Amino acid sequence: MTHFAKRLGVPAALATLAATGPAAAQGLDEAVNSVFASSTGWFVSFIFSSFPGTSFPWIVGWLVVAATIFTIYFGFIQFRAFGHSIALVRGDYSDPNDAGEVSHFQALATALSGTVGLGNIAGVAVAIGIGGPGATFWMILAGLLGMASKFTECTLGVKYRNEYEDGHVSGGPMYYMTKGFSERGVGGGKVLAVLFSIFCILGAFGGGNMFQSNQAHAQLANVFGDYPGWITGLVFALIVFMVIVGGIKAIAQVTERVVPFMGILYVGTALIIILLNYDQIGNAFGQIFRGAFTWDGAVGGATGALIQGFRRAAFSNEAGVGSAAIAHSAVRTNEPITEGFVSLLEPFIDTVVICTMTALVIIITGQLVTDPQTGMFVLNESGDAIQTLSGNSGVALTSAAFSESFGWFRYILALAVVLFAFSTMISWSYYGLKAWTFLFGEGRTKELVFKVIFCIFTWIGAAASLGPVIDFSDAMIFSMAVVNIIALYVLMPVVKTEMNSYLSRLRSGEIRKFA
Amino acid sequence: MSRKIVVGYDGSEASRRALDFAISRAGAQGDSIIIAHVLEWSPYSFLTPNEIEERHQRRKEELQRAEEMLIQPMVRLVEAEGIPVSTAMRYGHIAETLCKIAQDENAALIFIGRMGHSGFTSRIFGSVAGTLAQASPVPVTIVP
Repeated sequence: MTHFAKRLGVPAALATLAATGPAAAQGLDEAVNSVFASSTGWFVSFIFSSFPGTSFPWIVGWLVVAATIFTIYFGFIQFRAFGHSIALVRGDYSDPNDAGEVSHFQALATALSGTVGLGNIAGVAVAIGIGGPGATFWMILAGLLGMASKFTECTLGVKYRNEYEDGHVSGGPMYYMTKGFSERGVGGGKVLAVLFSIFCILGAFGGGNMFQSNQAHAQLANVFGDYPGWITGLVFALIVFMVIVGGIKAIAQVTERVVPFMGILYVGTALIIILLNYDQIGNAFGQIFRGAFTWDGAVGGATGALIQGFRRAAFSNEAGVGSAAIAHSAVRTNEPITEGFVSLLEPFIDTVVICTMTALVIIITGQLVTDPQTGMFVLNESGDAIQTLSGNSGVALTSAAFSESFGWFRYILALAVVLFAFSTMISWSYYGLKAWTFLFGEGRTKELVFKVIFCIFTWIGAAASLGPVIDFSDAMIFSMAVVNIIALYVLMPVVKTEMNSYLSRLRSGEIRKFA
Repeated sequence: MSRKIVVGYDGSEASRRALDFAISRAGAQGDSIIIAHVLEWSPYSFLTPNEIEERHQRRKEELQRAEEMLIQPMVRLVEAEGIPVSTAMRYGHIAETLCKIAQDENAALIFIGRMGHSGFTSRIFGSVAGTLAQASPVPVTIVP
């Protein structure tokens, strides 16, 4: 996910570029900013506040603790069922007579294109830049734990979705909060569902939309030179409009085809760079393990590495936020649990594979400056990050690390960021719409209103630098996690029953592979 | 003994020629015909969230449209010739699915029309006829 890079103190270069709104809009920007900052600032500070005496945000603790509880409660399901998950995605258990329905692979690919993004590219660089290589260790650990959160929420998303007569389905946390809670005789489901929907709509407008077009513009301006953001915004808004209102399939299809290709290209290039520097691999893992537990000169030492790594993973794979439950709930399956198994691969691919690749490339290409005498990392002048060879941080650091071996890669990277931003926007427009229709009911006009507002925000996002607004919408996305995880705690016994029943039928041979 | 002939039919002129040829052979030999229609589909293609939500509906519509527009008129045509006829409609890779249908239905022959692609396109993209020639479990007749 891309918008959290900002929360992580994204690269100064990006921030300055992002601030290049048209001069005329400056006055308006400031007015909006100040109103927003004064009315919502308390909420933002609350969501992102740290445990007393630390710089560890409680919301990250909330996500990691939940992931740990689910991991233990389901008996390390992410490891036990890993092979089965891959078999499901390969279609080994799909009835050939269901061909033409959405396959598990398609559901996974679509959900992934909503989470893989700038976070995997820029956010990791920020984490390593501050916490040192050791952050990678904690990031991987948090990614592995997050698999259990995804498993829980996506199973529930399918189990409690609404299926309508014409065959279309609506699902997500708001449906399991209402239907699941009343089934278990627990009160408050409706309240949670309404809260979740409000957070989801606002998060979709902001972090899932404005921040995306804002960062996409920053990337374009970086490559093509500076130009007014409203131009990018207008083009983006028009394309998004054509896709979500006009139903122009071609654009969406091109994006959905190119995004996975970009992901593969990114990981492939990273692997080549790692293999080219194969003599450094041992050393890199040495740095990762040492930095995870001992003082290596990075900001905050081993604790700093832990904080940065956990933050990065939690922010990148959205495990526990509830968005994935919306994405996965439309799949066609008789066994809700199978979608849970498939979805647990998501944090694995997003965090354990892609984020780790970024980290390894940065470490292996020696971007972080060490003191030749002590072997410790050297901090920059302001002391808030490790000094890098190029003096860059964030996406520019990743770009520099990749360009070391392949100079042309920064153009690919810029294209990737723009496409990732676009696919994230398309995904979040869908999440927001589902929350919107939950609150206001389904209907052409109601849905059109949401879609048009969404496109307007796309335009504003690139044109202006609305820092506090974006901070607010980031806070909204994490508020989704607060209510969603409460619901997951209440409903996790349901998932356990489903899981045990399925696994026993799998063992007895009642559920078999189709030859 | 009556044999079953699977005819790959997609509404194109070529597939129509294959069907006509199958009708004349079946009439002469006392065989029956299975009109097979395969909707090209890969479970590994990429969809948007919206397409995923609507997929089940679309699939129903696609099958219904193929049944009404393509298959039923041909069924009536074959029936008018007094030849026993059944149908098979499936999603999947065209050549592989035709082989599967032939196997499942215990058919003796597969008839398809020659699409007339140049060597170049079929070399790049492969052709149904070429794949069938390599993979079919039963004799294949390609009607020019």
